Amino acid sequence: MTDTPAPTGAAITLSGCGKTFPDGTCALEPLDLQITPGETIVLLGPSGCGKTTTLRIIAGLESPDAGGKVLFDGQDVTQLPIEKRNVGMVFQSYALFPNMSVIENVAYGLRVRGVAKKERLARAAEVLEMMRIDQLAERRIDQLSGGQRQRVALARALAVRPRVILLDEPLTALDAALRDHLRAEIDGLLRRLAITAIYVTHDQAEALALGDRIVVMRHGAIAQIGSPRDIYFRPADDFVASFVGVTNRLEGAVRGGRFETAAGSIAVAGPDRATASLAFRPETAVLCGAGDSGLRFRVEQVHFQGARQRVQLGAADGGRLVVEAAADAVLVVGDDVGLVLDPARFVLV
Amino acid sequence: MPSADRLAKLFLIPLGAFVLAFFLLPMVRLVAVAGSGPNGLAEYLVLITNPRHFGTLIATLLLSATATLATLAIGVVVALFLGRNRFPGQKALIAMLTLPLAFPGVVVGFMIILLAGRQGLIGSISQSLGMGRMVFAYSMAGLFAGYVYFSLPRVMVTLLAAVEKLDPSLEEAARSLGASRAQVLRDVILPGIGPSLMASGAIAFATAMGAFGTAFTLATRIDVLAMTIYTEFTLSANFASAAALSIALGLITWGVLALTRNFAGDRVAAAG
Amino acid sequence: MQRSPLVFALQLLVTLLAAAFLVVPAAQSILAGLTVNYFQGLRSGLTLDWVAQVWGLYAPTILRSILLALATLGVTLLIGVPAGWALARKPGRLSRLVEEVVTLPVAIPGLALALGLILAYGGIREFRASVAFILVGHVLYTLPFMLRSVMAVLAAIDVRTLEEGAASLGASPWQRFIQVVVPNARPGILAGSLMVVTLSIGEFNLTWMLHTPLTQTLPVGLADSYASMRLEIASAYTLVFFLMIVPLLIAIQIMGGEKRAKKRK
Repeated sequence: MTDTPAPTGAAITLSGCGKTFPDGTCALEPLDLQITPGETIVLLGPSGCGKTTTLRIIAGLESPDAGGKVLFDGQDVTQLPIEKRNVGMVFQSYALFPNMSVIENVAYGLRVRGVAKKERLARAAEVLEMMRIDQLAERRIDQLSGGQRQRVALARALAVRPRVILLDEPLTALDAALRDHLRAEIDGLLRRLAITAIYVTHDQAEALALGDRIVVMRHGAIAQIGSPRDIYFRPADDFVASFVGVTNRLEGAVRGGRFETAAGSIAVAGPDRATASLAFRPETAVLCGAGDSGLRFRVEQVHFQGARQRVQLGAADGGRLVVEAAADAVLVVGDDVGLVLDPARFVLV
Repeated sequence: MPSADRLAKLFLIPLGAFVLAFFLLPMVRLVAVAGSGPNGLAEYLVLITNPRHFGTLIATLLLSATATLATLAIGVVVALFLGRNRFPGQKALIAMLTLPLAFPGVVVGFMIILLAGRQGLIGSISQSLGMGRMVFAYSMAGLFAGYVYFSLPRVMVTLLAAVEKLDPSLEEAARSLGASRAQVLRDVILPGIGPSLMASGAIAFATAMGAFGTAFTLATRIDVLAMTIYTEFTLSANFASAAALSIALGLITWGVLALTRNFAGDRVAAAG
Repeated sequence: MQRSPLVFALQLLVTLLAAAFLVVPAAQSILAGLTVNYFQGLRSGLTLDWVAQVWGLYAPTILRSILLALATLGVTLLIGVPAGWALARKPGRLSRLVEEVVTLPVAIPGLALALGLILAYGGIREFRASVAFILVGHVLYTLPFMLRSVMAVLAAIDVRTLEEGAASLGASPWQRFIQVVVPNARPGILAGSLMVVTLSIGEFNLTWMLHTPLTQTLPVGLADSYASMRLEIASAYTLVFFLMIVPLLIAIQIMGGEKRAKKRK
């Protein structure tokens, strides 16, 4: 394997892929999705939203309902079972074979492809080296830590040089510190290999950090597709806004180019509306003196977090907001403060 | 907790006394009687030196081994089917398959007579198909069927538990790497349920080796080790031989169980 | 999932054949015990005469088996529950060895155990001729099941901490055993008890050697009826045995199912 990204990944197209299980439950409404070669796409959503079903349809572990089609590089693979699709897959439980050593696990895909023993072990060793776990080659699976298992699972999936790699909540079983570390490592690896990757997670931080594009799913349908920035700052609806990170919300109305709420009013673009809500992220608001902005709140709680302070504000109508402030800002519970919002970073819904 | 330790020791006394009086002592007696016959200590070798006994031993070993392999083969297929599919009536089917779990050997023998005896179902079916009356209950084949009947429920329950415990993503992972169905079976499923396969196979083999009730019901003339011990003891009053053969039989069954337990651990649903 | 229909059909066929192999003869025997003449089939009509005849012929063996099973249960409870706790308290090499020796009778054919008992105690006339002789054999064979069942549940609930809690409140070792250990081991004791009763009622290998004409049990009677009675009586007797054993088996399965369901949580 080389360090220069070669366009090895497949383009994937899902068209009209729905899934109804035999007991009648609809796991996925017919869905269309285009994935470009080399792209890392994250399927994000709460459990039961259809993200894993979508992944399993792409993998070939589930077949879509009649009419659904899966294309790899334009070629229809809908009828092809997983063993014929040349995909790499990393499972939430890692699914490492306990009866084989680390290197035997990694070489297994080559073994079933009939690659001679010497060559497949050499190639497996190469992948282990790339993942910097070559010292684990002869270990048994039950002698590995969670993070090591994760790396072996990834190495095994990559060893067959798949056209696409599918990752099903690969970091969920790990503790938080290790998760951040491995996430960065996976991100680097996927970019270096320029392989098409589809990554399923319910963790929005993971999704934002990894994806070229994020597909937010809910109730078996796509809620929004977009870049991490789009999803974060311009959520398509309430669900996306609240699922992807902490969102503040002010209830009110739009009259004459101003959004009016209990805490005051600010200028917005758009026609008048009897009811509207204004949503923004905690870190996009800036605190100022009580008279310096059209919005006025009372400081209710202050949590010092080291680099930042997290401040809970209360409005006159009982509404609550969470915003961030610099670590050295002096904030006293009970004081009134003003709030400045960047028009480019809030949405009116 | 020193006084709790004393209570625990007290509690072990009845157990110790019982096992000493009714297990260890009789076993010592068995060993002594085996060596006190007209042949002296040579009696221990009777199983090998006496050609009739030796033939019986080989026949019993072969019969038990083939019955065990057949039971395991059927058990694997059934367990994979029941463990990997969901269908209405499944629970009832599993209950039916496990119901004979506690049938003693005598009753199993009777079941085989009803199936393959002189008035048996298989005979009636084969006759109506024009193949003549098939009767095999009173032979080695009948005993074979009886041993399969006896062990199948237990083997199946144990293997089903093993299949259900097996992470389905192991299978999916192998397939994602390109493995065919046969390769998945060979490389993932069989190794995964291997310990249970070995443990339940050992129990099936050991019970078949020592099974007395089934042979007793089917026919007293089938030459298997248990029947030989029984006839040596009750009909020929040849206590030394019977004792020596019992010891040999006990060593074989215990050895097989201990050996596999070392490899496989305790994985069998309640043995009986 | 995408599976080949041929493989599926073959698996289904094997499963159904296995089920038929196990269930059909049992059903046949139930039917035979209730039909007037088995060789003429159901046409001859249904009757309870055979069951009544079995009762007339074998009632003592049936009652003796029930009493024997209860006595076996009593002894295994008295010996097994305290000893199970004692062994589970200190999982070490010694308790492993004791467990190993105590479990040996399961691994050794009943014929060999019975022979040993006869050679050791056959000379004591009163003992040899009494049901107590069979009781000893049954306890020997079933005790390991009670012991294991109790030890398994004690290992699963971390009884040590509970005991220490009770001790900190001033409970004596005996009080702790009766008031904390036994109630918490109840599922294991119950499962073990069902197993012991089921095994005792069906035990044949040992019992056949240990019994005398005056101490026949149900399975011994069954063997006798298979050898010497007409098929309908043998079947009716088997039916009586099923009626006794099947509820016990179902209870064992339900308990096992609950345990598995709990584990999954």
